Amino acid sequence: MNGVQTSLGETSGTAIAFFLVFISATLAITGWAARKTKTTSEFFAAGGNVSGLQNGFALAGDYMSAASFLGIAGLVATSGFDGLIYSVGWLVGWPVVTFLIAEPLRNLGKYTFADVVAYRLKKKPVRIASAIGGLTVISFYLIAQMVGAGNLIKMMFGLQYETALLIVGTVMLLYVLFGGMIATTWVQIVKAVLLLGGATLLAVLSLVPFGMNPLALFSKAAETYGPEVLAPGKLVSSPLEAVSLGLALMFGTAGLPHILMRFYTVPDAKAARASVFYATGFIGFFYLVTFILGFGASVHVGRTAITTVDKGGNMAALLLAEAVGGRPFLGFVSAVAFATILAVVAGLTLSGAAALAHDLWVGVIRHGQADEKEQLKVARVATIFLALVAMGLGLLFKGQNVAFMVGLAFAVAASSNFPVLLLSITWKKFTTRGAVSAIVAGVVSALVLIWMSPTIQVDLLKNPTAILSLKNPGIITVPLSFFVGIVVSLLFPEPEAEAKYAEVERRMHLGAADTEPVAAE
Amino acid sequence: MNEKDLRRVAAARDRIALGLTAATMFAYFGFILLVAWGKPLLGSLLTSGLSLGMLLGSLVIFLSWVFTGAYVYWANRHYDVHVDRIAGKSKHGGGT
Repeated sequence: MNGVQTSLGETSGTAIAFFLVFISATLAITGWAARKTKTTSEFFAAGGNVSGLQNGFALAGDYMSAASFLGIAGLVATSGFDGLIYSVGWLVGWPVVTFLIAEPLRNLGKYTFADVVAYRLKKKPVRIASAIGGLTVISFYLIAQMVGAGNLIKMMFGLQYETALLIVGTVMLLYVLFGGMIATTWVQIVKAVLLLGGATLLAVLSLVPFGMNPLALFSKAAETYGPEVLAPGKLVSSPLEAVSLGLALMFGTAGLPHILMRFYTVPDAKAARASVFYATGFIGFFYLVTFILGFGASVHVGRTAITTVDKGGNMAALLLAEAVGGRPFLGFVSAVAFATILAVVAGLTLSGAAALAHDLWVGVIRHGQADEKEQLKVARVATIFLALVAMGLGLLFKGQNVAFMVGLAFAVAASSNFPVLLLSITWKKFTTRGAVSAIVAGVVSALVLIWMSPTIQVDLLKNPTAILSLKNPGIITVPLSFFVGIVVSLLFPEPEAEAKYAEVERRMHLGAADTEPVAAE
Repeated sequence: MNEKDLRRVAAARDRIALGLTAATMFAYFGFILLVAWGKPLLGSLLTSGLSLGMLLGSLVIFLSWVFTGAYVYWANRHYDVHVDRIAGKSKHGGGT
C-alpha cells in the first residue's frame, strides 16, 4: 500500500475475535431483553425502567457515531485545530436539550416527540406532519450511517460493501425486533463504555512518550507540521456560514427523534434531567479525547501515511491504534468502531419504527384505538420494513459522498421538529395549522436550500456554479419555521388548543401522575 | 392558590432555562465568530503547544457541561421541592 505499513483491511483474527465477542454478548442481552419485552411500552420505552445514569450512557451511545469518532480524529490529524470546531458544535446542542426539551418531553409524551406536539392539538394532522419531519431526519441520518458503515467495514476488515450492509442490517434488526428498546438501550450502554474506554486507552498510549502531557504532544505536532496546526484554518471562512451551521448543530440535537425518544425510557423528569447531564459529560470528554487522538495520529503515524490509506483521513484513529498498540489493539478499536455503527443504526431504526407504528398506524389510521397485541405487531412489522429500507438506502447511495447528509439531518431537525416542539410546550396560542405549516416550511425550505447550494450543485452534480452560495441553510430555515408557525397560529386561532394549555403547563411540571383536573380550586 | 404557585414555579424555571440557553449560545457563537474573524488572535500561543483558540474551544465544551450541571443542581434543590409541594397539595384537593 504505497509503502505504508499497516494490516488495516486485511482480515485480522483479533478484530474478528473481538467482533464476535461483542456480537455474542449483545445477542445474549437481546435474548434476555426479548423475554422482558411483552408490551408496547417495553418495546418502545423499556417500560420506563432505565436509570438516569444508564440513560446517560445510552444517550451518549446513540450520539457518538463512528463518523464523529473517526471523522473528527481524521480532521484533526490532517488539519489540526479545525476538528475542534466540529467537536464544540456537536456538543452545544446538549445544554439546549437539557434546558428546553428533556423534562417537558418526558412529562407530556409516551413514545415519540409527536405525542408532545399532538397533546392539545388535532391529533391526526399533527401526527402526520411530525412523522414526516421525524422520518425525513431519520432517513438522511440512516443513509449517512449505512454508507459510512459499508465503506468503513470494507476498509477495516476487507469485507465487501454489500456484505457489510447485510451484516449491519441483520444484526441491528435482531436487536430491535426481538429486544426492542431494552436491548437497544443495553447495546448503546455497552457501546458507549467500549468507545469511551477504547478512545481513552488509545489517548493514554499515544501520550506515554510525551510524559502524559497533551501539550507536549501538540507542540510536537506544531514542530512537525508548522504552528498553523494549532490555529483556525480553512474550515470556517465566512461568519455567515459558521453561524448558520452553528444554529443547525445547536438546535438540531433537540430535534433528533432517536435522541428525544430516549427520554421516555426513564421513570420521571428528574431522571431525564440527570441523564442529559451525564450524557453531556461523556460526550464532551469523548470529543476532547478525540482531539488528542487526531494529534496523536499526525505525530505517531504521520499525515502522508494517513492520507495514503484514506484520502479523507478517516482511518487516522485506527492507524494510531496499530502504531501505539500493535495489531491486537487495532483489532479491538476496529471492533469498537463497528459496534458504534451498529448501535447508532439500531437507535435510528427503533425511532423510525415508533413514528411509523405509533404515530401513523395507531395515531392516524386507527384513530388511537388499537389493542396492545396489534400495536406490538405493527411496531415489529415497521422495524422489519425500516431495516430493509436502511439496507436499500445503503445500496442506493453506494459510492456517493454522503458526508453532507448528517448536516442535512441536523438542519431539518433544527428547522422543523425543534421549533414545533418548543412552540407547543411554551406558547399558549400555538395551533394545529401553525404546527403543520411550521414543519412543512422547515422541511421543504431546508431541502430546497440544500439542493440549490454548492454542496449539491457543484460537489455532487458537478455544475460550474450553484444557484445559491449558502452551504448551510440553518440561518434562513430555523427562523422561517418559527415565523411561519407563529404567523399561521395568529391568523387562524384555535380556542380549544388554547384552552387546553393550562393542562399542558400543569402536566409539563407536575408529571403524568397529576393530570386529573383538580377538584377544588 | 395552587394555579398561582404553579405559574410562579413555571416562570422561575423559564427564567433559568432561557438564561442558561442564552449563556450557552453566547459562549458558542462567540467562539465561532472569533474563529471566523479573529484567526491570528486565536492562533496566538499561550504556552508551547496551546493556542488561545484551543483553550477557548475546550472551555466552551467544559462550560456547556457546567451550565447543564448548574441547571440540574438548581432543579434538584429548588424546582423539585416546589413541584412536589404543589403536587402534594393538589392530591389533597388543593388550596389548604
